Amino acid sequence: MLTRTTRRTVLKTAALATAAVITAPYVRGAYAAGKLTLGCWDHWVPGANKALDKICNEWGEKNSVEVHIDYITSQGEKDKLTAAAEAQAGTGHDIMSHRDWNIRIHQAVLEPLDDVVDQLIKQYGPISPVAEYLAKIKGTWRGVPTAIGSQVKPCCSRIDLFKEHAGLDLLEMFPADESKWDKPKVDAWTWDAYVTAAQKLYKAGFPVGQPMGQTSDAVDWVGGLFNSYGVVFVDAKDNIKINSDQTRQAMEIARKIMEVSPPEVYAWDDAGNNRWLISGKGSSIMNPPSAWAVAKRDNPKVSEQCWTHPVPKGPQGRFVGQLPQFYGLWKFSQNKAAAKDLLLHISQKESIAQLVEASVGYDLPSFKSMYDLPTWKTVGPPVGTVYGYPPRGDEQTSIAGAPARSEVGAQIYNQAINTVMISKFTQGKEKLEDVIKWAEKELEGTLRV
Amino acid sequence: MADIVQSWMPTELPETEKAPAKKSGLRRLMRRHSTTAVLMCLPLIVIVAGLIIYPAFYSIYLSMLNKSQTHFIGLSNFNFLLSRDTFWMVVEQSAIFALSAVFFKALIGLITAHLVNNLPAKGQRKWRGMLLVPWVIPLALSTLGWWWLFDPTYSAINFILSGLGFEKIAWLSTPYWARFSVILVNVWYGAPFFLIMYLAALKSVPEQLYEAASIDGATAWQKFRHITLPMMHNIIAITVLFSLIVTFANFDVVQIMTAGGPRNMTHVFATYSFLLGIRSGDLPLGAATSLFMFPILAIAAVFILRGVRKRGREIG
Repeated sequence: MLTRTTRRTVLKTAALATAAVITAPYVRGAYAAGKLTLGCWDHWVPGANKALDKICNEWGEKNSVEVHIDYITSQGEKDKLTAAAEAQAGTGHDIMSHRDWNIRIHQAVLEPLDDVVDQLIKQYGPISPVAEYLAKIKGTWRGVPTAIGSQVKPCCSRIDLFKEHAGLDLLEMFPADESKWDKPKVDAWTWDAYVTAAQKLYKAGFPVGQPMGQTSDAVDWVGGLFNSYGVVFVDAKDNIKINSDQTRQAMEIARKIMEVSPPEVYAWDDAGNNRWLISGKGSSIMNPPSAWAVAKRDNPKVSEQCWTHPVPKGPQGRFVGQLPQFYGLWKFSQNKAAAKDLLLHISQKESIAQLVEASVGYDLPSFKSMYDLPTWKTVGPPVGTVYGYPPRGDEQTSIAGAPARSEVGAQIYNQAINTVMISKFTQGKEKLEDVIKWAEKELEGTLRV
Repeated sequence: MADIVQSWMPTELPETEKAPAKKSGLRRLMRRHSTTAVLMCLPLIVIVAGLIIYPAFYSIYLSMLNKSQTHFIGLSNFNFLLSRDTFWMVVEQSAIFALSAVFFKALIGLITAHLVNNLPAKGQRKWRGMLLVPWVIPLALSTLGWWWLFDPTYSAINFILSGLGFEKIAWLSTPYWARFSVILVNVWYGAPFFLIMYLAALKSVPEQLYEAASIDGATAWQKFRHITLPMMHNIIAITVLFSLIVTFANFDVVQIMTAGGPRNMTHVFATYSFLLGIRSGDLPLGAATSLFMFPILAIAAVFILRGVRKRGREIG
């Protein structure tokens, strides 16, 4: 039977419906505060991604936010390609992880995160200068430094080979307790001492393995060497400073190291030095604990003899190459408040402790106050092998390309100008002065506006 | 008389005939072969427009912006590139890479096509299948295989060489061997394409021509020189052009094998463009690098295709 709809019945129905809505109990949805999507670096350590999943899901449940994480590999720079595509398209994840120089590259489309980072600095004290150099642009933080995937590249050397062939007892020099480090012995660990040890190890048939390709492992260790001699490529005011005595000194040290290195170092990618150490042929590399961790699986006898310790010192200090990662929040994100809250949560010491534990000590926070986490002291064998991974003692972090404007530094770093210089000088047998002239010309190009 | 009075009013058609008349326009349109063809090609046209034409024009636009993509700067990026020594080294390397790879691909393709063509028909199919394998395997995958063979520390080829008492070769560590290696892999991958094209062309050469030449006492070389080559001229020109374009744009082989090293001495346009655009964050300069060969290849294409048309008209 059809009923006739009149103005009166419509009004009556509307009034009843309104009353029902007002008087009904409020039921909060599981994800009432919306959704957050994260594009995160795919960790190479099995199980490490799960630790981040757990931290984010716990936060999501507590705050009624649906959190979805896509893990994107850095193999073939797929993470950088994804970030570039999202930045151009103006759509994608809310939060994206950025390696090395990517915060600077996408600064125009990244939300300021001063409130988050300032809060963290208030809680945990000074932050890594390299992280600040890379993510604080014109006084504004455009990224939050994260422990995940962040790394430094100290020495990872064979205890047995150094003792037998170079006469150096690494356990005595750098025991797994900083308070027991003997200052004169630590001070004696200089680049000259490193060259002497490398020469002895080469003669014994176990050369050190320092990559000289154009990937980050090579650029980072050379960056540390150059910084320890005070080499500046371009200063903060765009002055090209490569033509200096400091450059000549550092290049000479590099030449001596290359003379006693395997010839294939010029073609090594970031895995080349790891394989060299794991094979048992190599006596020392400069790397995060990944080489030791893989050796533990593939060649336990080698891993049992690995000891991570500070890099050598130069006239200007002891500088280890650091490569931090960051989380950036796109300006086009629809849920910025929730994203900032999640970033703050991930960066708490309790969360960091879980991440460091899950990565077997690989992940490195940007706050020195967090270097007392137990993982680095307890993992092994040998127990304490990665105690020297976070910069300790007089070791400072550095990055090749600094102190130039980060736009310039990014090009110096990514075009591997420092390792190409050494390759030209050592493998190409070019005159040092010609190499420096070449570098000056390349550096002029990086200053393009 | 009334019966023969003609009305100037339009004749009313019966109801049954009206409906088809309305649809006939659409039907006529659909009956046209060209319309159907366009409709069937539409998905492809949309894909080509969206994934090739739009990005091509966008990269031209990008190449004319400043580093931060905020100002139009005309051809300044190209001017800048022309002033860089490293860029000229990349130009030289790209030319060496593409020209030598295409030459050897064409040569090996031609020789192999003749060998396969002269095989008995029974076994020919197997050989054709086997020789096509490099072209069928995804390039990234096969290049990884080659990288393992040339691995700086654990090269399988070096293992064999040292087993036979020869010196090990630093395949990827020394610039000239590294160049040789990337060209070798590209030739290995691309030669089967030439083989199959040349084989098809060889099969289309009328047998009577060879028989007539044999009666006239022509040698094998004379037959090749005066019959085979002229008959294959067009297919050689088109395959060389096509391969030249693809090889100049090659990325996978160099990126996987050497990533442009050592000392930037194996970079080609695509890998150098990736280094500048994606890794160093200068998309406009990267776009300018990738577009550098466009006018040169376009001019080459015009000349080669004009030659092909001319020979086609002569034969026709």
